[in-house]
Amino acid sequence: MKTALRGALLAATVLAACGPAVAEDVTLTIESWRNDDLSIWQETIIPAFEAKHPGIKLVFAPVAPTQYNAALNAKLEGGTAGDLITCRPFDGSLDLYAKGYLAKLNDLPALENFSEVARSAWTTDDGSATFCVPMAAVIHGFIYNKDAFAEVGVEVPSTQAEFMDVLARLKDEGSYVPMAMGTLDQWEAATMAYQNIGPMYWKGEEGRKALIAGTAKMTDPEWVKPLEVIAGWKPYLGDGFEAQAYADSQNLFTLGRAAIFPAGSWEISGFKRDADFELGAFPPPLPAAGDKCYISDHNDIAIGLNAASPNADAARTFLEWMGTKEFAELYSNSLPGFFSLSSHEITLDDPLANEFVSWRKSCDSTIRSAAQILSRGTPNLWSQMWGVAANVVNGTQSPADAAAEMQAGLAAWYEPQKN
Amino acid sequence: MGGKPQKKPFPWHIPVFLAPAVLIYTLVMILPLAETLRLSFFQRDAVSQATSYVGFANYARLFFDPFWGGPFFNALGNNLYFFVIHMLVQNPIGILIAALLSMTHLPGKKFYRTAIFLPTLLSFVVVGFVWKLMLSPLWGVSKDMMSSVGLGHLFMPFLGKEETALTTLSLISVWQFVGIPMMLIYAALLSIPDEVIEAAECDGVTGLSQFFKIKLPLILPTVGIISILTFVGNFNAFDLIYTTQGPLAGPNFSTDLLGTILYRTFYGQQTQPGDPNMGAAIATVMFFIILAGVAVYLFVIQRKLTRYEM
Amino acid sequence: MAFSRARRNLIAELGAHAILLTFTVIALFPVLLVLINSLKTKKAIFRAPLAPPDAETFDLIGYATVLAQGNFPFYFWNSLFVTLGSLFLVLLLGAMAAFALSEYRFPFNRFVALYMALGIMVPIRLGTVGILNLMVATGLVNTHWALILVYTAQGLPLSIFILSEFMAVVSKDLKAAGRIDGLSEYAIFFRLVLPLVRPAMATVAVFTMIPIWNDLWFPLILAPAEETKTLTLGAQVFVGQFVSNWNAILAAMALAIIPVLILYLIFSRQLIRGITAGAVK
Repeated sequence: MKTALRGALLAATVLAACGPAVAEDVTLTIESWRNDDLSIWQETIIPAFEAKHPGIKLVFAPVAPTQYNAALNAKLEGGTAGDLITCRPFDGSLDLYAKGYLAKLNDLPALENFSEVARSAWTTDDGSATFCVPMAAVIHGFIYNKDAFAEVGVEVPSTQAEFMDVLARLKDEGSYVPMAMGTLDQWEAATMAYQNIGPMYWKGEEGRKALIAGTAKMTDPEWVKPLEVIAGWKPYLGDGFEAQAYADSQNLFTLGRAAIFPAGSWEISGFKRDADFELGAFPPPLPAAGDKCYISDHNDIAIGLNAASPNADAARTFLEWMGTKEFAELYSNSLPGFFSLSSHEITLDDPLANEFVSWRKSCDSTIRSAAQILSRGTPNLWSQMWGVAANVVNGTQSPADAAAEMQAGLAAWYEPQKN
Repeated sequence: MGGKPQKKPFPWHIPVFLAPAVLIYTLVMILPLAETLRLSFFQRDAVSQATSYVGFANYARLFFDPFWGGPFFNALGNNLYFFVIHMLVQNPIGILIAALLSMTHLPGKKFYRTAIFLPTLLSFVVVGFVWKLMLSPLWGVSKDMMSSVGLGHLFMPFLGKEETALTTLSLISVWQFVGIPMMLIYAALLSIPDEVIEAAECDGVTGLSQFFKIKLPLILPTVGIISILTFVGNFNAFDLIYTTQGPLAGPNFSTDLLGTILYRTFYGQQTQPGDPNMGAAIATVMFFIILAGVAVYLFVIQRKLTRYEM
Repeated sequence: MAFSRARRNLIAELGAHAILLTFTVIALFPVLLVLINSLKTKKAIFRAPLAPPDAETFDLIGYATVLAQGNFPFYFWNSLFVTLGSLFLVLLLGAMAAFALSEYRFPFNRFVALYMALGIMVPIRLGTVGILNLMVATGLVNTHWALILVYTAQGLPLSIFILSEFMAVVSKDLKAAGRIDGLSEYAIFFRLVLPLVRPAMATVAVFTMIPIWNDLWFPLILAPAEETKTLTLGAQVFVGQFVSNWNAILAAMALAIIPVLILYLIFSRQLIRGITAGAVK
């Protein structure tokens, strides 16, 4: 009785939320933190879907990334969350599935179009249930200002030594801030710095799995070394980088005042819009010439079905469509830098995006080291990594201390890392 | 009606006056909050997802587990500092401005009052963003301004340094809220009867000594209210830190307040799932800290304040 | 004698102006900075942040971007309705309760007062899930009433706390005289006491109004629909969406500031009239 009432109210509110829809139309609401993508959904993706599926209307309802978890949790508990939920990768969404908020999607044919690796970010540990349809992965690397490189007369570096040399020469020359990165928002230090260059040192999946198995520790040299590397970036960041927010870094680069931006591929579309110079990209530098190359190629975003959705059938229709080549092409090309996780052959129009993707041929891919399993306890390793990586770049904590702090945090709750 | 009845009937007017407020407040605020606080005695099992009663275990973890206690006491210390700055800077400035505004024939006071109150009207989103811009080393507004008065060498990335971030944010918060003590004190000063002031002037008590000897004692109850409002407001503060420094209250948790640690715990962030049970434990402790402060005010300070019927 | 006294007054007055002017500049500067730069081209924003826009740097692109995306006048109306509705209830119900608590002796008086004060101490946001359940059960989700009820509950404790302080100092003789004249308790409250505590009511009104107008949380949870979206929530979407597009973000912030300012200027006259009326009495 109560559930029926709640269902009816829910349906009513969902309908009310979408204004004058024709009575038979089903309206699906997508919860998301990607407010940057609002216009792309509204102008490209949604019209394409609605044209193919009359009777289903879509509303893309993003909130600010910092509020997404809180708002989504409250709405899920209160039963007012949207029909489709944008899934954070690995442990974040696994928690929602475990609480019963996300529906199991194993019977969805569309999942066939995704490799096991792509699905792994939204599948239970034992592989028995998949609960989100993968959308995109993002690749780390460095985006640079080609004009600035030409002007100063530096070449794209391929090893760590060359990289430091380029930074030093940019600094000596003085017309450009060598590298645009700030530590105010903390996550840049963890994501664009540590996870960007780190896989080269911990050897991608090999190191990540050793950490999960407990055969390696964060205090081992392959995990400390990348912290030492990013500590060495400090002299080449902009004046007052400690108070430089993420948006400041973006502006510093797109206004042509900085030469290199330690990046995720998701920056591509924004940079192309804002920068009036030529953009290039290079993968993280090798520790030494001839080393094997590893890149962070992280499953980042997916969409799942709210287990309480009254419009499950329509929502499944949409999820099914997400598995098609049409969606993959639309999405990857309207948001260059978000690389579709589907197995379809996709042609990317954007040269910069193609540059990022080309690294997959020469390098081994890995996901972010703290994303899977290691962020399930308290203290949360990923949150901790934000803080200590920022400290290391700021020079307020030594790489060894930072590593010891993360190891102690992990050892506090993660069985294989205890003792 | 008419006349006082001999035998008092049931005073229906009391429940009529009280009921609407009590009812809405209880239904919409107290019951949901009680439900939240109840959570602090439960914990969800990581494997089975079943929730079970754990007594005071969450509280024990909060105080004695170094991964909970460390951040918690750090936040408590930061919060006290945040409060002290407000008491030392915000409230004296508020009183000063109000005293100046209440000078009898000051032209332009309406303009001053409106202008100084303006920041109080802004949302945290705006305040946080504006100050981030102002202090941004990239934009360089504050650097240029400090240089123009010869203080350029003192410029630092204030929000990004552990030593300066919390003080900077406290002062931003003071900037935002100084209008509140100003308005309250101003209203209190205006309601001092003219006869009192005239009598003081006849006795030759004017200017500063008039303010300290006559007016200040009269407005002390208002100062008391302001102090307690500041205390409660500061110990619930969270939005400003969240919008400027992000959910991890950086750098290195130097700006973490009880409010930020509570929201981070309760709702989680990024891949860190929320823990409503530990969050509820933190909320309960915060509640008792604030309750203790309010009790000190109600039973110690307020009793010593003399109220003057005006 | 008279001369020196006048001169001393003049000096004091100049000093007062100097201090007030300093604080005014500090208070207004950041806001002006936003308004000025929201009217400039992106390059000019960075090159000369302190310069006012001129013929060459003037650019409304930020406003064009923002206004093309959201229904700001409509959001403004929603905010206004919710804020005024809550304000009315907080003031009326708060004053009634404060009067009961400060005027009458009855069993549990002190207990009720403390009970109502509890709400000052806990942020109501902690009860979000419970509140959402309540609104879902009563069908109020995505209506203005959900917000009004929450804000009323949130505003009552403080308004009762402040108003009882003020009601405690209302002259007892006056009320006694009213009772002798045969006024009902309701008439004493509405006709004698309420006019006298107008300054306090005005103060409470301003304090209640600000957090309601600026709240982001409950609109996000309880009424995120396009029909009930408030101005602050609408502006927040832009802050997130255009985080690196400073033209748009400055314009969005200017659009968030201006309505509050206008609203305050309208209320401010009432407010000060209230304050001074109480003082002169």
